[in-house]
Amino acid sequence: MKSLEDLARLREEVRERIKVREGAKAVRITVGMGTCGIAAGARDVMAALLDELAKRGLTDVTVTQTGCAGLCEYEPLVEVARPGQPKVTYSYVTPEKIRQIVAQHVVNGQIIGEWVLAAR
Amino acid sequence: MLYRAHVLVCNGTNCSLKASPEIQKEFSRLLPEYGLDKEVKVVETGCFGLCEYGPTVVVFPDGTFYSGVKVSDVREIVSEHLYKGRVVKRLLYQVPPAAKPVQVYPEVDYFRHQVRVVLRNCGFIDPESIEEYIARGGYQALGKALTAMTPAQVVEEIKASGLRGRGGAGFPTGLKWQFAARADGSGPKYVVCNADEGEPGTFKDRLILEGDPHAVLEGMALAGYAVGAHQGYVYIRGEYVLSIERLERAIAQAREMGLLGKNILGSGFDFDVEIRLGAGAYVCGEETALFESLEGGRGEPRIKPPYPTDAGLFGRPTVINNVETLANVPVIIERGASWFRTLGTQKTPGTKVFTLTGDIVNAGLIEVPMGITLREIIYNIGGGIPNGRQFKLAQTGGTSGGVIPPELLDVPMDYDSLAAHGSALGSGALLIIDDSHCIVDVAKSFSFFFLHESCGKCTPCREGTLQLHRIMERISRGEATRTDLENMKALAQAMYVAPLCPLGQTAPLPLMSTFRWFESEYLAHVVGKTCPAGVCPVDGTAARAAAGCAAREV
Repeated sequence: MKSLEDLARLREEVRERIKVREGAKAVRITVGMGTCGIAAGARDVMAALLDELAKRGLTDVTVTQTGCAGLCEYEPLVEVARPGQPKVTYSYVTPEKIRQIVAQHVVNGQIIGEWVLAAR
Repeated sequence: MLYRAHVLVCNGTNCSLKASPEIQKEFSRLLPEYGLDKEVKVVETGCFGLCEYGPTVVVFPDGTFYSGVKVSDVREIVSEHLYKGRVVKRLLYQVPPAAKPVQVYPEVDYFRHQVRVVLRNCGFIDPESIEEYIARGGYQALGKALTAMTPAQVVEEIKASGLRGRGGAGFPTGLKWQFAARADGSGPKYVVCNADEGEPGTFKDRLILEGDPHAVLEGMALAGYAVGAHQGYVYIRGEYVLSIERLERAIAQAREMGLLGKNILGSGFDFDVEIRLGAGAYVCGEETALFESLEGGRGEPRIKPPYPTDAGLFGRPTVINNVETLANVPVIIERGASWFRTLGTQKTPGTKVFTLTGDIVNAGLIEVPMGITLREIIYNIGGGIPNGRQFKLAQTGGTSGGVIPPELLDVPMDYDSLAAHGSALGSGALLIIDDSHCIVDVAKSFSFFFLHESCGKCTPCREGTLQLHRIMERISRGEATRTDLENMKALAQAMYVAPLCPLGQTAPLPLMSTFRWFESEYLAHVVGKTCPAGVCPVDGTAARAAAGCAAREV
C-alpha cells in the first residue's frame, strides 16, 4: 500500500466481509427452514438468494432462517422486511421467484402482490 | 460469495485449553457435509471475555451466544441452527443463578455493563487477518496522523485525552511522549511495548495481543511518529505462545501491506517492530530491568534517574508503554481526545480492562469505564460470589497492588480515589477472595512471592523480603509476638523508600494494606493464637483443610 487512499479503498472492499456481524441492516430476509420448508425446496431457494445478492453486490441485507411457521402447505416461505413497508411473506417460493423478489422487492421496493401470502 | 452467517469460535488461551481448536475443525468438517460451506463462514477469534463458561461460539447475524460448547455439540448447532434455523436452546449461555437462557450476545448481563474500547475487536474479528482489522477502521488513525498531523499534534492529542499508563502506575502517557519527543535526537530513539505481564492473576495483555494484535502495533507506530522513533520492540513473556504467534503474523502482514517498514503510506516515515522474548522473571516487568534483559544482560533494575525518556534502551531516549495503553492510542487519534474524555472520570478518562478471577461466578476478561465501583463489577458483571459465601476482599493489580475490603466496595475505581484510600488500581487483576480464606494465609502467599521474585541486586529488597516472609510465617504458625508486628511495620517503612525499584518498594504494600483493614484477624493469630477462618496451622499442627472440609470440625 502506497497511500492513505489505498488504505481507504481496501477498507471499503473488506468491510463487506464482516458486515454480517455488525447488527441491523436495512433489509431482513427470512427463509423458512423447517423440515417442511427444506422438503419443499427451501435449500435451493436459499442458495439462489445468496447467489443473487452476491451478484448484485447487495450487502445491506441480513439473510436469516426460521423454523416451521405452521403453514407447511405453503412452504417454501420467505419473509421480506424492508424499512417503511409492511413485512411481507411470500409462499411457494422457487429459486426463480426469489431472484425476482430480490430484483423487484428488495431493490426497488415493489411488492409482488400475486405471490404474497400475508403482509403485516 | 456472500456468507449469510458467521460462526465465531473463541480461540483465546482459556477457550483453547477447553478444545476450541477441535470445535473449529469440527465446524469446518461438518459444514460441507450439510452443503453449508459456501453460506456459512467459520472465524477464529480472540477472547470474548467470558472465560469461565468457555468455549464460546457466537453465530451472526443474530448474535446467538453459545457457551460451554463441546465438540460433540457441533453437529447439533450445524444441523439445527445453521441448517434449519432453530437455535439450540440447551447450549445458550444461562445467567447464573437465575438460569434464564440469554440468546443474544449484547443482552448478556456480563457484556451489557461493559464499555469496549480496548477490546473493541477482541472476540469480534479474526486476529490473524489484517483485512478484518482494517475493515473495522484499523490503521486509519495511523494514516490520519501521518498525513494530517504533525508529531507534536499527536503528542498534544494524547495529552489532551488524559490517557494514563495502564500498566499500573498511571503516569500520563502524553507527558511521557513529550519528554521523549524533546529528548536528544542526535541518535536513534525507541518505542518499547511492555508485554511482560507478570502480576499474578493478570492476563489482560495476553488476551489483547491474542485478540487484536494490530491495535498494539498501530499504537506503537503512532508513538514512534510522535516521538521520532523508527524502531519498536515488543518485550513479551516467552510462555505467551499464542500471543507471540499472532503478533509475528501481524507484523509480517503489516510489513507486507506497507503499514510497517519504510515510507509508510507514502509519508516518508519509517517504523518497524521486532519481538523480544522474556524468560518470565517478575522483575523484568520493571522498565529498566526490562531494558537490561532486552539488551541481553541480566534482568536487574537500573538506578533512576536518568529516566527512560532520556536514557532508556541502549542508553537512548525510549518510550515504554503497556500493551493496553498502546491499544487505546489508535482510538484516541481516530475519534479525538474530547470523545475519550466522555468515558471514565475527569482525572482518569477512558476505560480499564480487568481480569476477574478468584471467588466469582463469571471469571473472565472485562472492560469497564474508569470510576465504576467494585460493587457494580462484582454483582452486576461478575454475577456475585459463588457457594453462598460473603465477599471478604479484592486484591487489585496483582501482588503489587492493594486490597479493597467490603468498606470500599462503593469507592470509584480509578487511580486517585483508590490511592486516597490506601489502595491501588494496579495493572488490572481483580482477585476476588471470599470469607473462607484467612487474611494471614493470603498475605503470606504475597510475601513468599516477593521473596521468590526479588532479583537480589539491592540489599533492602533481598533481605527485607526474606524478613517479611519469616514474620508472616511466624504469625501463621501462631508463634509471632506483638514485637514482630512492630518490626514488620518498621521494616515496611524502610522498604517503601530504600529499594532500587518498585518490586522491593511495593513488597510490603499488600501486607500493610491487609493489616490496615484486617488488624483484628492478625491479632487473633498473634495474641489469641487462633485462625478465625480455620486455615493457618496456629496450633503447630498441619494446616486444616480449607473451609467446607469435614476435617475442619475435628
